[in-house]
Amino acid sequence: MYEAIFSKYAPTKDNLIYILHEIQDQHPQQYISEEAISAVSEYLSITHAHIYGVLTFYSMFSTKPRGKNIIRLCESPPCFLKGSEAILHSLRDILQIKVGETTPDGLFTLELTACLGVCGNAPVMMINEDVYGDLTEAKVTKIIADIKGRI
Amino acid sequence: MNFYRSHILIGIDDSSLEAGVKEIEQALQEELSKLNLTDEINILETGTLGYFGTGVSMMVYPEQVTYVNLKKEDIAEIAKEHFLKGRPVQRLILDNTLTRQYDFNYKNRIVLSNSGIIDPENIDEYMGAGGYEAWEKALTSMKPAELVEEVKASGLRGRGGAGFPTGLKWSFTAPLTADQKYVVVNADEGEPGTFKDRLIMEGDPHKLLEGVMLCAYAIGANRAYIYIRGEYKLCIARLEKAINQAREYGILGENIFESGFSLDIFIKIGAGAYVCGEETALIESMEGNRGNPRSKPPFPGVSGAWQKPTVVNNVETLANVPAIIKNGASWFKEFGVEGCYGTKVYTVMGDVKLPGLCEVDMGTTLRTIIEQYGGGMKDGKKFKAALAGGAAGVFLNDTLLDVNMDYNSLKEYAAVLGSGAILVMNEDADMVDMLWSVIRFFRHESCGKCNPCANGNEILYKTITRIRNGEGCEADLDEMIKVSDVMNQTSFCALGQSLIMPVRSAIENFREDFLARMK
Repeated sequence: MYEAIFSKYAPTKDNLIYILHEIQDQHPQQYISEEAISAVSEYLSITHAHIYGVLTFYSMFSTKPRGKNIIRLCESPPCFLKGSEAILHSLRDILQIKVGETTPDGLFTLELTACLGVCGNAPVMMINEDVYGDLTEAKVTKIIADIKGRI
Repeated sequence: MNFYRSHILIGIDDSSLEAGVKEIEQALQEELSKLNLTDEINILETGTLGYFGTGVSMMVYPEQVTYVNLKKEDIAEIAKEHFLKGRPVQRLILDNTLTRQYDFNYKNRIVLSNSGIIDPENIDEYMGAGGYEAWEKALTSMKPAELVEEVKASGLRGRGGAGFPTGLKWSFTAPLTADQKYVVVNADEGEPGTFKDRLIMEGDPHKLLEGVMLCAYAIGANRAYIYIRGEYKLCIARLEKAINQAREYGILGENIFESGFSLDIFIKIGAGAYVCGEETALIESMEGNRGNPRSKPPFPGVSGAWQKPTVVNNVETLANVPAIIKNGASWFKEFGVEGCYGTKVYTVMGDVKLPGLCEVDMGTTLRTIIEQYGGGMKDGKKFKAALAGGAAGVFLNDTLLDVNMDYNSLKEYAAVLGSGAILVMNEDADMVDMLWSVIRFFRHESCGKCNPCANGNEILYKTITRIRNGEGCEADLDEMIKVSDVMNQTSFCALGQSLIMPVRSAIENFREDFLARMK
């Protein structure tokens, strides 16, 4: 089931991170399953252990199923100064989950991230590919409600 | 070609996209065509205009009027009042006192000379602004060794943080014979508070490519990689487009300009790890491994990517090179101060009126940067501290406001220029909280390869958390400096070695904040 992805990349180790990115993006639960690790291992002729090591090293990869929308709130000093802790509390309250968890309806996963490089608009979060800045409690409430409304 | 009465520059970047810039641009187009002005007024998409927190902004030339915080419902009014009747809409213009302070003097810009002016997705505009002239000059009239000499003579130093002389770095790799050499661009911008490289790549991707080409020719590499953060989606898209345009124009590829020199550039995407900003960790990551740093020596210049000689340079560093080759080393030395020539791009953020980025001469004081480019302190609050250089930077207090910001002067104060991030804090900020946030960051980003860094960060985090909870004592402060000093001397790479700077400067410059948390 990964042939379409594999066909784009030569079976060399330096393509590992790209292949993992694509497999994760294409999975509805945005993670890399054990079965995917096996397939990649076979295609690239590298060990499960190496792949698992790489997966768990980089913060953009997950080995656990995640929600449809991955919220990544920046916790680096510039956002911290601008009140990211309060935004984290709001997100926890609205979603009723802790960091690293997924809502029971599978809509949202809450994660923390290092600097996203949009510090002029701190505090900032990303939801999937989109950046949201100048966050306030009211704005966060609206963003979440809007996403829920779209579904 | 059409001659337009006015040009409207709309800054497209992550911030403005979030604020709905595309919708507003479309509305503007519709309004202008309703008024039959499309032949007179030109709309141009460009990179960032240089400041943030102002929603959708646009700048109108030649009037030099900057509109900020634009909403869809304002557009009809602007089209009618400004573009039809010639009366700019005052209520939407960026505070005049701020724009007057802000230095729009593009003469003093090297790296950002085109950012916010040209369309970054159009190679013709880059060439129209003098782009790729240096590349042509180098390939048709200069020997590789002359390029290395020119960069050496310019005194250009690496803009990624450490400030290593760029020409010297190239001169280690250039004379080596190898079946393959590489240029690697470090675009894994992860230092908290730093977003200059993102804006350089978004605003003028061809300038970076030209810098890469010149470096490749100088050292004799015919493959180059740009290692870029996975989070920088817009940069990746613009660079891919730029590379394809350059290939189409024959500026990249086989036997370029019939010089016999061939080069291609590829993009490599990271997956979220701060330590990959360290050059050997970056190379490991490029090869498909965990981003653990390698032992040095051998340095990448001798044995880097796939064990081949590799020059790793930062985005801003390479973006300086085209202008140096085109105008010569002595031209470059007119900027900056003795020993630190050229300009530096800073990102100013935190408690200032106008967070954003600026390019100023090396040696400009912190005070000037905050007041002139940051618009001064926000809400009438007093300056308390600036964290300069990102998380691996130093906490400066008000006695250091007039220090020249360049590699040599800062060294005297045990401070670093680092990546150019300046996080400004007002009187309400507490340095215990800020240092806690910095240490939490490092604890999370330590790769775990070496003991001093892995364990040292854990000890520091526990101690600062205890102090933050009001359970610390004065001896903890000395202990923290001691631990980070040991980390500095024994850690494997710059990550663990850097903690001493924020820890010592926070504790020494703001001791009263720490004592206030103790009973």
